[in-house]
Amino acid sequence: MTDALATLAEGASVARSRAPAGGRISRSPQLQDLSPGEARSTRWRQASPWQRRATRLLVPVLILAAWQFVSEAGLVSTYVLPPPTAILAAFHELIVTGELQSAIVTSSARALSGLVIGGSLGLALGLFAGLWKLGDDVFDGPMQMLRMVPSIALIPLFIVWFGINETAKIALIITATAFPIYLNTYAGVRGIDNKLIEAGIIFGLDHKKLARRIILPTALPSILVGLRYSAGSSLLALVAAEQINARSGIGYILTIANQNQRVDIIIAGIIVYALLGLALAAFMTFVERLFLPWRTDIVLG
Amino acid sequence: MSSASPALHPLDPQPAGAPTDMAVHLRDVRRVFSGREVLGGIDLSIPPGEFVALLGHSGTGKTTILRILSGLDRADAGTVQVPTARSVVFQEPRLVPAKRVWQNVVIGHDQNRPARETAIAALREVGLGQHVDAWPKTLSGGEAQRVALARALAVEPDLLLLDEPFASLDALTRMRMHDLVAQLWERHHPAVVLVTHDVDEAIVLADRIIVLNAGRITLDVRVNLSKPRLRTDARFGTLRQRLLDELGVISQPARHD
Repeated sequence: MTDALATLAEGASVARSRAPAGGRISRSPQLQDLSPGEARSTRWRQASPWQRRATRLLVPVLILAAWQFVSEAGLVSTYVLPPPTAILAAFHELIVTGELQSAIVTSSARALSGLVIGGSLGLALGLFAGLWKLGDDVFDGPMQMLRMVPSIALIPLFIVWFGINETAKIALIITATAFPIYLNTYAGVRGIDNKLIEAGIIFGLDHKKLARRIILPTALPSILVGLRYSAGSSLLALVAAEQINARSGIGYILTIANQNQRVDIIIAGIIVYALLGLALAAFMTFVERLFLPWRTDIVLG
Repeated sequence: MSSASPALHPLDPQPAGAPTDMAVHLRDVRRVFSGREVLGGIDLSIPPGEFVALLGHSGTGKTTILRILSGLDRADAGTVQVPTARSVVFQEPRLVPAKRVWQNVVIGHDQNRPARETAIAALREVGLGQHVDAWPKTLSGGEAQRVALARALAVEPDLLLLDEPFASLDALTRMRMHDLVAQLWERHHPAVVLVTHDVDEAIVLADRIIVLNAGRITLDVRVNLSKPRLRTDARFGTLRQRLLDELGVISQPARHD
């Protein structure tokens, strides 16, 4: 390799020495070695999947260890920051009493029913405004204004309107989830290349078939992005809604733990919210794989 | 299928006593875009089964004529009569990415079992029998354009409109597409209107070449060369030169490639 390089470099300098004969002076180029060789191989790229997985775990494990150490060594009061083992114990306690299981069911049911109602509403309005001029004129303006209202700011209003029971909680989740899917559905339908629509018209599609065979399938990725955002919003709204007089659910566990100064249970509850978020994200990935097999970035099998 | 006189479909508000034995009948067709006259009185009749190439610079109204023939655009004045069964191959494939190849081919049909058979037959004709269930995004540019051709054939058109369908293909693929289109035309014999910039392409494929300049037909010639037409033929070169002169291109020796 280095020999070949040397020859090349010599060739270049020969060319330079000859150049004046042709009337032009060509400078011998500075060469860069891009050939494969040991010096250039990044060893980490050749690491096995297991090595890489272990490395990914490294930082979280270190953090947990440091956390445990800080508590055990008495650097921070266990009252302020209980060690990971205490959090595990709190989980154990919640599971043995059955509180955690029933709380997860209650909270998931709240988030899901809000998401289903709010998502359907957003989808329907998005399609109506995206496909029909009338829907656009009637709904898009108000929707664009209303989406600027932070849903959490509606809590006092909803308490006055709906009281402090389930209705207020679900209503909050509905308002939080309707907008992301509305906006993405509208944008997805409006964003379809007019050239595709023209082709559809040429091949005899009426409006209904254009919507069913071209517009909806092509807008589906965007609609699912909206659903993903809505699912995220449903959890945010759930956490906020469960601060209103919760008598069941994860919010209730948190409220009681707060009253009893049980920081270990508070942290456990926060972790449960995070796990719910992860589960929703995984579910959305599954849905996207199911409905968008044609996207080249999602390869099945 | 198509050498019988096709069902004519008037696309204009003023019906006229047009000869019904023509696949395309345009009489004094005018089109104005924001005060600029793009078509200034086009008269054009195309008998069933004739292959016509429309040549011209960009902005001379070729594509406007094609859009009027397809029904995507309407003339401002004049008579426009075209067959009901017509289809278009655009410059881009324009396939629905979310539909499998066969569903794209029969996008206008009810998508049932017989439609799938129709699609498979059309795809075989363009040499894509093995890609029936593929997704459009997995195809190369040339393959996608062949799917578009299969889609256009699946409706058994009396008038096939080709809007620079080979312009974005590489040179070798383009030559194969020329052969394919020639073959398919021999077999199905629809009237064809091919819009192109490429003089050689027009001579290789068409029975008749029409040159447009500033929204008017300035030349209408018949190509009396036997097929297959070779670029090495002296008459090919003569016709080529004549067309290039008409298009205002400075004379240069014919390429023999």
